Amino acid sequence: MFQFLKAPVATLQDFCLLAAKALANIFRAPHYWDDVLAQMDRIGVGSLPIVMLTGGFSGAVMALQMSKALDTYGASSQVGQIVSITLVAQLGPVLTSLLVAGRNASGIASELGSMKVTEQIDAMRALGTDPVQKLVTPRMLAMTIMLPFLTVVADFVGMVGGWLVALGLIGTTTAMYWTGVYEILEYEDVLQGLIKPLFNGFVISLVGCYYGITTTGGTQGVGRSTTQAVVVSSVWVFVINLFLTQIFVNL
Amino acid sequence: MPVPESILRFEQVVVTYDGVDVLDNVTFTLTAGETRVILGAAGAGKTVLMKTALGLIHPDQGKVSLFNQEITGLREQELFAIRAQVGMLFQESALFDSMTIAENVAYPLFNQAGSQVSREDALARVESILKDVELEHTLDKFPSELSGGMRRRVGIARANVTNPKLVFYDSPTAGLDPITANNIMSLVIKQRDQRNTTTVIVSHRLQDGAMMANYRFNSKTGKIERQVHTAELDQRTKFMVMQKGRIVFEGTEDELHASRDPYVGKFVLQAKSA
Ligand SMILES: Nc1ncnc2c1ncn2[C@@H]1O[C@H](COP(=O)(O)OP(=O)(O)O)[C@@H](O)[C@H]1O
Ligand SMILES: [Mg+2]
Repeated sequence: MFQFLKAPVATLQDFCLLAAKALANIFRAPHYWDDVLAQMDRIGVGSLPIVMLTGGFSGAVMALQMSKALDTYGASSQVGQIVSITLVAQLGPVLTSLLVAGRNASGIASELGSMKVTEQIDAMRALGTDPVQKLVTPRMLAMTIMLPFLTVVADFVGMVGGWLVALGLIGTTTAMYWTGVYEILEYEDVLQGLIKPLFNGFVISLVGCYYGITTTGGTQGVGRSTTQAVVVSSVWVFVINLFLTQIFVNL
Repeated sequence: MPVPESILRFEQVVVTYDGVDVLDNVTFTLTAGETRVILGAAGAGKTVLMKTALGLIHPDQGKVSLFNQEITGLREQELFAIRAQVGMLFQESALFDSMTIAENVAYPLFNQAGSQVSREDALARVESILKDVELEHTLDKFPSELSGGMRRRVGIARANVTNPKLVFYDSPTAGLDPITANNIMSLVIKQRDQRNTTTVIVSHRLQDGAMMANYRFNSKTGKIERQVHTAELDQRTKFMVMQKGRIVFEGTEDELHASRDPYVGKFVLQAKSA
């Protein structure tokens, strides 16, 4: 019985082991700061355009959709509140994390996967470097640091998108909109909006790395790992979001 | 006569993947200064054997010792110190895509345990060894810009840049045209004879083994030269034939040609017709 659970449990166990090693390496020499910076650039700066675009459109669409509902109660002036609270606490972290999961978990998995199947990871070990230290820890650090920043950017651009719609199509004033945005946000909401991407970044990067360095079966295997990394990390984004929302709701 | 120092020893080593013994009770000893040629068809376990020797793969049973130190059961951090004395050319070179040729070759100088090299010394060393493999003009190129044969040459340079006592070459001629393959073999022999390194070479071609056994680098002419095949020369190179994870033959070139084993016979025959 429960034989079917054996493989997933073993995977989870290996994954946790990798996470523990990657974390422990933060406190152990040698440190590859160059790689951390390069990854921060690739993950953070590289994802900026798509994150801003998505954030902006989400804010605008939300304002549009909500204005109609709010109008029936004569409350279309509150569009700022709705846009900001939804973005900061829920939509911003989830959307940004999903985008980064799609863009970077796949990138990491395919890069490390190709390195694995062409024996570059073995070569690294043979030449005196720990692949977790050299490859996994920098990516984990970079993404865990950058994802909250990206989320803040997405949130802000989303609010601007909502503001443009509110101003142009709904007819609220700028002051009304931004006052609403400011007033509705509680300290917990902002905290929630920053903690979620922190966890997401940690998990997305490690899922990408895990599927990358466990790749087998040549180029085909790289494709498989890449797909798996995106699917698994996306699911984790939703699971983490649910958990953390539950915690913050009860706070 | 002093007993030659044991460089690498396998004792009843078993490596199992998915219930299949990829290395099946492998036992052999490699002594200092020896050349070992490992022959075998694809999937025979040659690569797994080399990686096990370096501690990159942990055996399921048996013992592996490098330089008289048992490495089975050592942790990765402890293995780094031992691996620093070993060079390896991987099957498809395994150069780091994201680094230039110079950075690739310098990598062991900067990363291997106990290696303390200044930037200038490293660059000088990299330049000189790349010159050895006739690639001094590729320093700032990336591996993707080089041909397969050139990448192998960079791999040979990277494997030898730290002057290791023991060097492994995994199928250095696989997938190359005969002329490039011969060129690669000359470079392997040159690296071996310049520093008298103990050399293990994997191949599926018997003629690579014959070259290792019968050619020597002449530092005066800068060329490799065919030697007279004396009994003494014959002793310097040992051949090993692997089949499905087992060593089915171990002995000198003369013994290889005299072998009555049908599988070994096939190898010898195939080489003669080629
Ligand atoms: N990581 C691995 N997982 C499962 N099987 C493997 C792995 N590495 C090698 N094998 C299997 O071990 C056998 C020997 O492989 P290898 O040593 O690469 O052969 P070769 O002699 O061609 O170098 C093959 O059947 C291969 O499929
Ligand atoms: Mg092989």
